[in-house]
Amino acid sequence: MSANTTAHNAKVMNRFALTKRLVAQLKRDEAVIGGIGNTNFDLWEAGQRPQNFYMLGSMGLAIPIALGVAIAQPKRHVVALEGDGSLLMQMGCLATVAMLAQPNLTMVVWDNAIYQITGSQPTATAANADLVAIARGAGIRNANWAADEADFDALVGAALKSGPSLIAVRIDSQPAAGTTDRDPVKIRENFMRGLGVRA
Amino acid sequence: MAQASWFDIIREALKRNEVKLITYVPDRVFTPLIKALHADSYFTTFTTTREEEAVGILSGAWMGGLRGAMLMQTSGFATIPNALASLALPSQIPLLMFVSERGTLGEFNLGQAMVCRTMRPVLDALAIEHHTITRIDELHFIVDRSIKQAVAIQQPICFILSPLLTGGKVFEA
Repeated sequence: MSANTTAHNAKVMNRFALTKRLVAQLKRDEAVIGGIGNTNFDLWEAGQRPQNFYMLGSMGLAIPIALGVAIAQPKRHVVALEGDGSLLMQMGCLATVAMLAQPNLTMVVWDNAIYQITGSQPTATAANADLVAIARGAGIRNANWAADEADFDALVGAALKSGPSLIAVRIDSQPAAGTTDRDPVKIRENFMRGLGVRA
Repeated sequence: MAQASWFDIIREALKRNEVKLITYVPDRVFTPLIKALHADSYFTTFTTTREEEAVGILSGAWMGGLRGAMLMQTSGFATIPNALASLALPSQIPLLMFVSERGTLGEFNLGQAMVCRTMRPVLDALAIEHHTITRIDELHFIVDRSIKQAVAIQQPICFILSPLLTGGKVFEA
């Protein structure tokens, strides 16, 4: 049960495997914003959808970008995928999401307790920072650690029905399964077409 | 008939251009504009915790089909160059920025004066078009035309509202 799951007893899972499980649950053209680095590399490798946005810079802004999409398109659910280091850089966005009580927004945070792409230096979650406690403190009442793969699937399923929700996942230090093509204009244009904004 | 105030002119220019989403990090000088936007149900107006966050929110909203603008102080602008250089500019997003200019024409805080020196060089280094607005008779023309241009060419634009226009923040010794 999620309520009893903590950062200490949550199963350590794999980001790419869970990204695929998440994408498999998306049946209503949900938008997905992949945060900087391995987070969006694995999203890319999980199968390119026109409703995916791959963030190539601006570390920490996956959740704000997702919030903007969610405000613009209230009938579409939006998922932000973010890493622990990135969220620690922009924690204030959790308070903004909670303040707006944005119902069509889900935040998934992959926590491997390292800045993996820069050489695996430890993040503050390797010490005492707890991202679910931080989210709850910011006012995100529906914030949970995923106990295992089945629990992750259940949390995602529930999150896609209402929000805002934050799902934190302990992950291993496996590198991403691929690399995103780095063409910001093409990514943005494809995404806008995927959202029906551009013909 | 009384002349329209600077904040009413900006509000009308935003409406005319269907700019509906407004984020801000508060500023004393911008208070009447912020109040006017909050009071008008045409706009969705809220605070962000940092200016960088606003760059993300407005970029997402633009991609989702909703136009927005961000309000900030000179010192707030100094926190966003990375988000401009790595998100708004390479993705070609027409980010609309309004800066309440501190640090000049009677500044009393040395930190504000020093950070103000970085603003235009940063905008110029990133080749972001910017206008320093000092006269109320030019305000609507500059804002209205520049929003249209930003959207048409998919490039950010920055409006710097001088104390000559807004009155600025006055040092009361």
